[in-house]
Amino acid sequence: MEGINITAVSMFGAFVALTLFITYWAAKKVTGTKNFYSAGGNITGFQNGLAIAGDYMSAASFLGISGLVFAAGYDGLIYSIGFLVGWPIILLLIAEPLRNLGKYTFADVASYRLKQTPTRILAALGSLATVALYLIAQMVGSGKLIQVLFGLDYTLAVIIVGVLMMIYVTFGGMIATTWVQIIKAGLLLFGATLLAFLVLLHFNFSMEGLFGAAIEKHAKGEAIMAPGGLVSDPISAISLGLALMFGTAGLPHILMRFFTVPDAKQANRSVLFATGFIGYFYILTFIIGFGAVAFLLGNPDFLDGNGALIGGNNMAAIQLSDALGGDLMLGFISAVAFATILAVVSGLTLAGASAISHDLYASVFKKGQADEKAELKVSRMATIGLAVTAILLGILFEKQNVAYMVGLAFAIAASANFPILFLSMYWKKLTTRGAVIGGSAGLLTAIVLVIIGPIVWVDVFGFAQAIFPYKYPALFSMSVAFFGIWFFSVTDKSESAQIERDKFDAQFLRSQTGIGAEQSNKAH
Amino acid sequence: MLDEKLKDLSESGAYKKLCQRRAKTVWPMAIIMLAVYYAYILVIAFAPEVFANKIGEGHTTLGMAVGLGVILFTFIITGIYVHRANVELEPMVEDIQKRFENGELADGGDA
Repeated sequence: MEGINITAVSMFGAFVALTLFITYWAAKKVTGTKNFYSAGGNITGFQNGLAIAGDYMSAASFLGISGLVFAAGYDGLIYSIGFLVGWPIILLLIAEPLRNLGKYTFADVASYRLKQTPTRILAALGSLATVALYLIAQMVGSGKLIQVLFGLDYTLAVIIVGVLMMIYVTFGGMIATTWVQIIKAGLLLFGATLLAFLVLLHFNFSMEGLFGAAIEKHAKGEAIMAPGGLVSDPISAISLGLALMFGTAGLPHILMRFFTVPDAKQANRSVLFATGFIGYFYILTFIIGFGAVAFLLGNPDFLDGNGALIGGNNMAAIQLSDALGGDLMLGFISAVAFATILAVVSGLTLAGASAISHDLYASVFKKGQADEKAELKVSRMATIGLAVTAILLGILFEKQNVAYMVGLAFAIAASANFPILFLSMYWKKLTTRGAVIGGSAGLLTAIVLVIIGPIVWVDVFGFAQAIFPYKYPALFSMSVAFFGIWFFSVTDKSESAQIERDKFDAQFLRSQTGIGAEQSNKAH
Repeated sequence: MLDEKLKDLSESGAYKKLCQRRAKTVWPMAIIMLAVYYAYILVIAFAPEVFANKIGEGHTTLGMAVGLGVILFTFIITGIYVHRANVELEPMVEDIQKRFENGELADGGDA
């Protein structure tokens, strides 16, 4: 992988040219906030399903999970399954009320019958925290990846990613972001299918043959076929499971996608397509991970002096493409990985910009009286601000270990965003006081427990012993959030609390039928 | 806080039937999904060696089969719900919306 891979650069150049053309086309349509935030609600179920899958199949899951399978075998599957099982829950419990009550963001729903200002601020903070952590992890990952793949300087790579995403989102809003996501999802599914196909071809399409070869090569032998060290104790297993399952239901860039389709039927269809694509993709990453074990281990071309994979475990899929398909395949998979990063950071930036312009500016600062032109301008400025911040943080965190950030993002989503959203939809007694205190407590608990836990305290700060022994905080932080929300809601005897409870029936009616738009929600 | 029209709607048979049907569909399915996933996670948490058992003669373990099963199950349960929602529940919602707009459900009109 010395120097610049011509295939990779030209394929990536083609992707950028195509997406910039789409952005140019989309920019003419983005004249108001509805097109900017939700593509005017004109995306079909199939398209949205691909775009959701695109948001979800980040470089972290493509390279990260295949790398995890490469390193630990079966344990990679535990992650994949956790990421997938959140989808039926979102579909069954969240999707329809979300669409019926909200307009562009999940804060619309959380603040539907609660006090706008405090609820919106907390929901926006939860969104921004999730987005920022995710964004930093992707930026740092992309910089390093591009450095290795294209031979570009790290700082330059981060700036390229930041500037491109800024162009997509600022000019093309949700329309461009969705199409970038769809194209990338198609490319990624094709690339991963091809890679898995090439792996299985060597074994005459026998999984047994692949497993046999992998067991022979891997230092852990037969142990890679069963759960291993990823979750070493029951508390960690349950906690990780909670974070993955309910974190998905609190990711702002995912929830936002439900507003891009015209009706509930299309929303339902989009989740079915998304789960199909995502499930299929995770099966592919599993095959790719085992393929990497079978083809890369023992091959000195891909290993350093200590027998470790060059570029780290996360390069397993990339190195495998080189081993199986040479320069051409390597170039293609590299370009796909780059496109993946670009598409995911665009979706994240759009969600972050919406939290700033729609929740903070229009609903809190302007009390729902914002002029649409002004709001659109603010969302574009927010996009530029976020892109610059992401570039700077990407450069700042270059030498840091950022592996914990996606996990923390999921923990915050599961411990702050999800409980508030879920209880606001289904629990009559919820009050502003409960939501704000409990939600903040969940958010803070998640952050503090990650900092004093093994991943940051030991791996980043270098202390010998973690104060909090578990890697995954969700079991504790979600409990704190739900208990806090419950306790401070039921003990809330204020007059406004009673008014908020009285508004529940009308809200529920609307959440079930979509009728009653003029009721209670001043922001709309 | 419901105004008169919405109050009538909320008491109409059609709305009550919709809420009942939907509740009977979504909650059991959500609980089944949670049960399947946590059964899987709890085996990993408390008895991971169970998943190391081989099925058949080769290398494939029980954990592999169960894991693949959970992925397929997730897709299938999603499919079942989407089918039920789009064939049964959404038409009920559309019917309620139409009749509400026509004023049929606003004056105590019943299913």
